[in-house]
Formats: sequence, structure tokens, C-alpha cells
Amino acid sequence: MKRTLTRLLAVLAFTAAALPASAEEVVVYSARNEQLIKPLFDAYTRDTGVRIKFITDKEGPLMARLKAEGRNTLGDMLLTVDAGNLWEASEEGLLRPITSKVLEANVPAHLRDPDHEWFGLSVRARTIVYNTGRVKPAELSTYEDLASPKWKGRLCLRTSKKVYNQSLVAMMITEYGEGKTEDMVRGWVGNLATSPFPDDTSAMEAVAAGQCDVTLVNTYYFGRLMRKKPGLRLAIFWPNQNLNNKASGVHVNVSGAGVTRHARNPAGAQKLIEWLSSGKAQNLFADVNLEYPVNPKVAPDKTVAAWGSYRQNLINVKEAGRLQAKAVKLMDRAGYK
Amino acid sequence: MPSAGVLPEARPRYSGWMLFALAVAALVLVPVVVTVSSFADVEGDILAHLTEFVLPELVGNTLWLVIGVAIGVSVLGVSLAWLAAMCDFPGRRVFEWALLLPMALPAYVTAFVAIGLLDFTGPLQTWLREDWGLTSLPEIRSRGGVILVMSLALYPYVYLIAKNAFSTQGAIALEAAQSLGLSRTQGFFRVALPMARPWIAAGLMLALMETLGDFGTMAIFNYDTFTTAIYKAWYSLFSLAAAAQLASILILFVLVAVVFEQRSRTRMRYGAVGRSAASRRIRLSRALAGLALLYAGMVLGAAFIIPVIQLALWTRDVVANDLDARYWAFARHSVLLAGIGALMVVTVALLLVYAGRQRPGSAMVWTQRLATLGYAFPGTVLAVGLFIPVAWLDNWLIDIGHTGFGFEGSELLKGTLLVMLLAYLVRFLAVGFGPIDSGLHRITRNIDEAARSLGSGTPGLLTRVHLPLLRTSLLTGATLAFVDILKEMPITLMTRPFGWDTLAVRVFEMTSEGEWERAALPSLAIVMAGIIPVILLTWRGDHSHG
Repeated sequence: MKRTLTRLLAVLAFTAAALPASAEEVVVYSARNEQLIKPLFDAYTRDTGVRIKFITDKEGPLMARLKAEGRNTLGDMLLTVDAGNLWEASEEGLLRPITSKVLEANVPAHLRDPDHEWFGLSVRARTIVYNTGRVKPAELSTYEDLASPKWKGRLCLRTSKKVYNQSLVAMMITEYGEGKTEDMVRGWVGNLATSPFPDDTSAMEAVAAGQCDVTLVNTYYFGRLMRKKPGLRLAIFWPNQNLNNKASGVHVNVSGAGVTRHARNPAGAQKLIEWLSSGKAQNLFADVNLEYPVNPKVAPDKTVAAWGSYRQNLINVKEAGRLQAKAVKLMDRAGYK
Repeated sequence: MPSAGVLPEARPRYSGWMLFALAVAALVLVPVVVTVSSFADVEGDILAHLTEFVLPELVGNTLWLVIGVAIGVSVLGVSLAWLAAMCDFPGRRVFEWALLLPMALPAYVTAFVAIGLLDFTGPLQTWLREDWGLTSLPEIRSRGGVILVMSLALYPYVYLIAKNAFSTQGAIALEAAQSLGLSRTQGFFRVALPMARPWIAAGLMLALMETLGDFGTMAIFNYDTFTTAIYKAWYSLFSLAAAAQLASILILFVLVAVVFEQRSRTRMRYGAVGRSAASRRIRLSRALAGLALLYAGMVLGAAFIIPVIQLALWTRDVVANDLDARYWAFARHSVLLAGIGALMVVTVALLLVYAGRQRPGSAMVWTQRLATLGYAFPGTVLAVGLFIPVAWLDNWLIDIGHTGFGFEGSELLKGTLLVMLLAYLVRFLAVGFGPIDSGLHRITRNIDEAARSLGSGTPGLLTRVHLPLLRTSLLTGATLAFVDILKEMPITLMTRPFGWDTLAVRVFEMTSEGEWERAALPSLAIVMAGIIPVILLTWRGDHSHG
């Protein structure tokens, strides 16, 4: 038995060793869809000659995979779509800190890990979308205001199971504390016109059809829907902008990346992340999904720019991860499904 | 079955069968053990929170769902199987196989289409509201809606297996009943239906296990079940341990259900019956035949035709952009994996069923039942439960390789198709086991004894007597496994080697950011690939009934 095993191993080892030594390669584990990342990776390979292999999956399984593979992982870089997930990856010890002047210059401080383990690469703003026939912009002001009785039966929301809403509530906890945030979420739930939707798009369609008047969505879903159905009576409103009220700004999140702890090619992964944070790549990364470039020196896509500029909430997005579990429990208590 | 009087004498020379069954069960138990071992790491506050705010509602939800779907798939599946197998009505020949087609359509697709058409913003409600002033219509995103969609998506499991039963024994059962003076209706309820019970139960178990483990459809309906809570604990509360603990409880529930089903089944005995009597079909009156046509047509329309038309319309919008040469590779990978996987599932299932025939007894029954639990696991939890030990084994082997052989790679087992196929086997063994097990039930031991008395050994008995009689059951199991593997996402995502993207992976890429219209193209491709074995099955089935 032992001899058979030894022989089998020898054969396998030989086959592996006999493979030709290839050009430099970076392996990416990505929770961002293939259609959003492949054009970028192809461009990188054209520019640098470095090959990129990638595998896509949800964040949970990708992190479980990195953890189980341990020091023998193939993944050099983890790419995910929410700061909460990046925070969790760092918490689990799956990432390594990197020092990079380029990244520090390109990525604003509140959109990267203070411990340098991950960096935002595109910005996603979660904002208010309203029915232009039924709501005057003057009626709108803040996220908190959507809990007030004047919105009774006029609010639609996506499910609390989506991480975007969890991050939003987590950030509110940092600002207002748990008690006030919970009251606000209860207010939202009381104002709902119908049970929560599985995605942002259906919530916006309900607003357009008049089932309700306002909802909260990530702007790129708005962009995508309006591209398909330009006639819908929907518009974006940027909440929490009034500086007199010490308003906090629009809730933003990132999709971003970090180098894995046991990367075999950490230098290659770092170079790739640096490239993704600069110039042309920033536009490729963000524009393909109508997101905002993380790099303030890069202008967003024309469609996106037309929505107007807004003040971001400057609390570090890592708070979204740190307080995510708290936010989820709070939403459960408040009856937000 | 361990009923008194039929227990054959112990034949120690076949104890290899028991070992085989144990080995299969052990393989399936690996992820279960990994999952249960999570109890070493209890996160009290998370569990306390879930128990207080989440569990009470979802236990009720899950219970209602299971009861509703059980009734739904039984009524649809049994009635359609009876019509297709025993009666004659216009279009019966087409319906007989067409009624299987919804199997090729993932439930979450049916769900998405149903909500798209029937919700407030959908065309039906918009029309009723704007042209007729009708408001306050029943809400599709509700408990009733989930049950309806799941029943439409899963009835083929019951239909397919029950049809086998009716077409081989229905006519004789009915004749026997009528000779005893029972009416046709009485004959159906008092003889034919009870006789078909193990088949119906086998199909029902598959449908219910799939319902319990379903995530996609529940997410679209935002309907909280055990499985959605498992993902919540994992993805939202960042506690894989709490997720695994909930999954263990789910598995326990399934096990209890399996035991009840098994118990009630062992009290019954099923005799053999001859070949089908298609010529003795029930002639329905014109009115009844019309009703049958209407009924079958409505079910098929709601469960398959309308969703597929919707998919086709969406596909038309995206096909120019999205369809490229890579689709051939996706389709090839899908069909190849599903084909090899289905073959493995059926082979192992057949041997497992056969082990039960050779070494009956409660130990064997338990072993068999444990070996088929993988189907009720929420897919992603199972994928992780399998991946962790494989990675662990890989790390261990690589260490040996490093020190002893100068091996420099980072993976041996991971990233091979072997792991992927084994994972499919663990997940879908139940799908092969169900039909084959109930198929072997109807071959009496008298046949075995007769064959043995004619000098046939076990291999001869298997190849010359049982296999020909089991052909339809084997094809049924293979078809179910093939189609299920085509649709499978979590295991495929987690264990596929680089570059082995399949059609289901494409569906994942599109749906994960809500691009449902673009997901129509790969979904439609899955449907088309899934139709192939369904048609093959019917064609072979027709053949074997002469």
C-alpha cells in the first residue's frame, strides 16, 4: 500500500515538474464577475506580458477555499465586491500588508485598509432613487428621513440579506449608535409599501410603476435600468448633503483587492493592483459597470458624471465590515426581512 | 427488506457488499462530519440571536413550504402520471415526454419569470390595474407563490417515477380491483395508488430534499427557510461555524423524515407484475379527454412553455453580444461533466441498491440512507464540507512530495476533475438511488431464487436478469442525475479546475449582479442540453414497453 502510494506520488510529482516553466503568472480569486474583470486582465496581459489566471465564485466560498488551501494556495490576489468582505478576509488572516506609494497616492484613505491589507478599486454609491411624477426633490433630504411618517406606504427596499444594505446600516451605527439606528430601521420597515425585493432593479421598477415612491439603490443599477428603459420616470437624489446639519454624505462602498498571505507571486499581485488603481485601468474597471473610479484623478464615465457630483461619507469603509454582524442582528430585531 | 419470512439465510461470502455500502456512506459522510465538527466552535451570541429572532419564523416557514410542496408535487405528479400512463387523450404521446421537460429548467428561473410576469410591475397586473381598475390582487411574492413555483418546478420527479410504476402495474392493478367489484375510481385509490407508493415516495423524497436545500428560489422570493438562514449566518454574520451548526440540524430533520418514510415502507410488500399493458389504456369520454388535455396543457404551459418563451425573448436581446465561440466550450464541459457524473452516480447507486438486495437488514438500510443524504445539503455548505478535507489531504501529500520527491507544485488533487466528480457523486447519489431502489423492489425474490436454482451466480443474476428488468429505472436515474448536474452551481464553482467554466457557471456570473436577462442565454442552453436525455429516456422507454 505504502509503496503504491509512493509510486503514485512520484508519478504525479514528475508530471507536475515536467510542465514547461511558463511566463510570469498571477492567479486571481475573484468575486467580481467574469464579464467585469476579463477585459481588464486581457489589457494587462497585452501591456505587460504577464498571464492572469482567475477563478470566480462568491466571497464566502472563495475565502473558505483560501483558508483550507493555506500555504499551498494558488491564489495570489483576492478581488471582492464589498469592503465588508475584504475586512473579513483580513480578519481571517488571508491577506498580507503591502507597502505601496502608488496605492497610497491613488486610493483615498477612507477607501482602503488602515493596515494596508486591501485597497478599494471602484466606488459604489448607495443613494435614493425616486419617482419624478410623485415626489419633489425638495421632499427628500436624508436616509434617516425615509423613516419619518410622511413616507408611510411610499418606501420600497431591497432585502436586508444583501450586503449593500448591511453596509449602509453598519455605517449608520458608527454615526448614530445602535439605538438610534435601530429606531430608524424600524421606521423604514413601518413605511414599506410591499415586502422587500430581491434586487435593486425590481425595487426601482416598483417605484417607476407607482407601487411606492422612493427606494435605496446602488447607482450602477440605476444606470443600467435607464439605459434599457430610458422612459422610466426615475431620478437620483443625493442624500445627507446639507453641511449645516453636519450631514455625513452619501454612503459609499468599494470593490477592491488584496494580496493573499500565502501568495506565490506577491510582487506580481501587487503590481496588478497598482495598475488597476491607475489611469486607463481605472476607467476600464469602473466604466464597464457604471461605477465610480476610486482614483480621484480619473473622471467617471459620461453617463455616470451626468448624475452630478456629491459629497461622500468619509468614514473608513472598513467599518462596514467591522459592524456588519451587528447591523444584521439589528435589522433582524427591527423586522427588516 | 427485513420482513419476516423473506430474509434469506446469511451468506457470509457476500460481506463485501456491506463493506462497499459502508465505503460509499463514509464518502458521503465526510462533508457531514466536517459540518458537524463545527460544534467544537460554538459562537454562542450568534446562535442565541438566531434562536431568538430568526429561527421561530423560519421553522414555521420551512414546515409550511415542505407540506405545501409535498401536496403540490404529489397531486401534479401522480395525476399527470396516471393520465400519461393509463389513459388516452389527444396529444398524450407528446405530453408523455413533454411533461418531463420542466426538470431541465432550474427552479430559480421559473421563479424569476413567474415574479416578472405576475408581480405588481408585471404585464398582467399592470393590464388589470390600468384597463380594469383592479387592485389588491393576490401577491405572487408570498408563501403561496413559493409553493406554487416549487411544485411546478419539481413535480417531474414524482411524475417520472410514478409513471414507471403505473405503466408497469397500473392496468393489472385496476383489472384486479374491477374484478373484485370496485369502480375505476375506487380501484385507483384503493389498489393502484397504494401499490405505487414506494415509487411516489421516492420521487417525493427527492423533491422535498431539493426544496429543503434550495437557495436560489428562496432568495428571489425573499422567503426565509433553514437554508437561507444558513447562508445568512455564513455570509452576513461571517460565521461558517454557525452556518454549519444550522446545516447539521437540517440534516437531522432530513434523517428523521427518511426514517419515517423507511419505516412505513418496510411494512409493505410489493409483488412483481408483468409488462405494461399499453393496449389496455382507459378510454376517456370526449369531455374527460378534453379536460385531461386542458389540464396537462396548463401545467406544461406554466411550468415550461411560458418560462422558456420568456427566456427566448430575453436571449434575443443579448445573443448578438454574448454568444461567442467560448459557448461551445461551456456546453462541452457541461455535457461532459454531467455525462460522466451521471454514469458514476448510476453505477454506484446500482451497486448500493444491489448491496441491499444481497445483504438485507436494518444496518444495510441505514447505511444506504446515510449514503444518500448529500442531496438535502445546501449546495455551498456541501461544497465547502468536501473542499476542506480535500485541501487538507492535498497539503499533507504535498508535504510528503516536498520532502521526499522535490515536488514543487501547490496542488495534486485539488484542481482535478476527480474531486469535482466525487463531489457530484456525493451530492446526487440520492437521485440515482431513488428510482433504482424502487425499481428493484418490484422484482420479487422468487425471480432471484428461480435464477439461482438454475445455477446463476450473483454476476449472472445481475447482468442477465436484473439489469434488463431495471433498464427504465437506470435510465430514469441517469437522466435525473444528468440534468441535476447540468444545473448545479456551488460545487461546480468551488471545485472546477481553471478554465473549466460550464453553462451553469455562466448563469452564476450573470445572476450574481442581477443581470437576469443576460442569464437567459446560458439558461436556455442548459434547457436544450437537458432535453437530450429526457427525449432519449422516453424513446428507450417506449421501446422497452414494445
